[in-house]
Amino acid sequence: MAEGRKQVEVQREQFTFAGTGEIYSFTTVQETPEGFDDQAPYMLALVKLDEGPLITAQLTDVDGEVAIGDRVEMVTRKLTTEGGRGMIVYGYKFRKVLPRANAG
Amino acid sequence: MRDVAIVGIGQIPVGEHWDSSLRMLAAEAIATAFTDAGIKQADALYVGNAYGGTLSSQTQLGALVADYAGLKSIEALTIEAAEASGAAALRTGYLAVASGAVETALVVGVEKCTDMVGSARVQARGSSLDADYEAPHGATLTALAAMLMRRYMHEFGVTLDAFEGFSINAHANGARNEYAMFRNIIKPGRFAKAPMVADPVSLFDTAPDADGAAAVILTSAERAADLVPHPIRIAASAAASDTLTLHDRSDLLYLSAANRSASKAYSQARVEPHDIHLFELHDGFTVLSALTLEATGFAARGEGCKLAQSGAISVTGSLPISTFGGLKSRGNPAGATGVYQAVEAVLQLRGLAGANQVTNARTAMLQNLGGLGSTAITHILQV
Repeated sequence: MAEGRKQVEVQREQFTFAGTGEIYSFTTVQETPEGFDDQAPYMLALVKLDEGPLITAQLTDVDGEVAIGDRVEMVTRKLTTEGGRGMIVYGYKFRKVLPRANAG
Repeated sequence: MRDVAIVGIGQIPVGEHWDSSLRMLAAEAIATAFTDAGIKQADALYVGNAYGGTLSSQTQLGALVADYAGLKSIEALTIEAAEASGAAALRTGYLAVASGAVETALVVGVEKCTDMVGSARVQARGSSLDADYEAPHGATLTALAAMLMRRYMHEFGVTLDAFEGFSINAHANGARNEYAMFRNIIKPGRFAKAPMVADPVSLFDTAPDADGAAAVILTSAERAADLVPHPIRIAASAAASDTLTLHDRSDLLYLSAANRSASKAYSQARVEPHDIHLFELHDGFTVLSALTLEATGFAARGEGCKLAQSGAISVTGSLPISTFGGLKSRGNPAGATGVYQAVEAVLQLRGLAGANQVTNARTAMLQNLGGLGSTAITHILQV
């Protein structure tokens, strides 16, 4: 049994992504699952990471238009709270990479 | 493997059945199917159901339905494959009879979606998404379909109004189906202006969650010939799977499971796409209709909508689809949907489709999808 688990682990290689990519597709969710009601409407995206794979995640800090191809970066945010006194679930979201403002 | 035929069908109107429970809906469809076949008992019951556990707090529907329908102690199982549960139950019944293990199989698809509303229903329906990588991010099936549709429009240069023909056709056919949930007509030009559920998926794009039950009775082709005047032969039954998540697909805009299950079905039935007289496809979202037509050999990639725009998909066209309204107009009782498709195809092949009859229909194809094509199950029926 232990050897079986070891074999499975060998097939999965740990990999760390840079956390940057571009918007591959997106939508605005109006009808939400439980735990997301207070966030509606929110934007969900398929993000194409620079290393290649796609990932499903929310867009956050959205200010203005969003388009396919927009550059995004990963940030850690609260995803949901499991009830009034429940666990707070944190995870990844993505925000648009904005041009850096010139410091004064 | 021996030949299998459908000898009985039953369905109840799709809609909001707040006064009936799962077992009552199933038993009604079963009673109708038994009457249709002229028999009173089967040897095994396969219940297609997707969300009994989450929407109705009820699992073990096999025993529940067998008991309530008076089927006393027969083999009875629930078959689950998200919204492809109905076709999965049909395929299980087919395999049981084809193998010789079961002489007569009863297949019923049943679902109650409307007892829950709002985020509770969205949550329950979301149990077929990836619970580690999609659902925790607030994803819903509709939102994922919307992202699929937006990417499709982006890559193929297709505009929103190009999809309207699918919904117009579904509602034109559903309007003439007394079992359909929404029998209104959608006028040209209204589709692209409908309120958004998850843009670009609108209210006129997505199929409505519904309650319903439908049943078919299967037996060996040999026995079928003695039972009914016009048994409908199951010429093919084939299933395939794809990644559960959209984001893990190497090619997002190609329903590879739909392609593989249809290819296997064509081969089993020894037919080609041009031999199909009508196609009950899984039109839960219009983009799924377009992608399905492309994956099953009816349209080139990026051109699925052209079949809708040209009118080829109408009851009098070259490839009628959703001939009783499809999921969009007849309604989408999730795990029952695949069995409704079978009932509707049998009506067509028996020549009993009334105002929706496809002239000289002799070969019908049905395809039921779980998720956005993670499960694809195709059947070909012939008279």
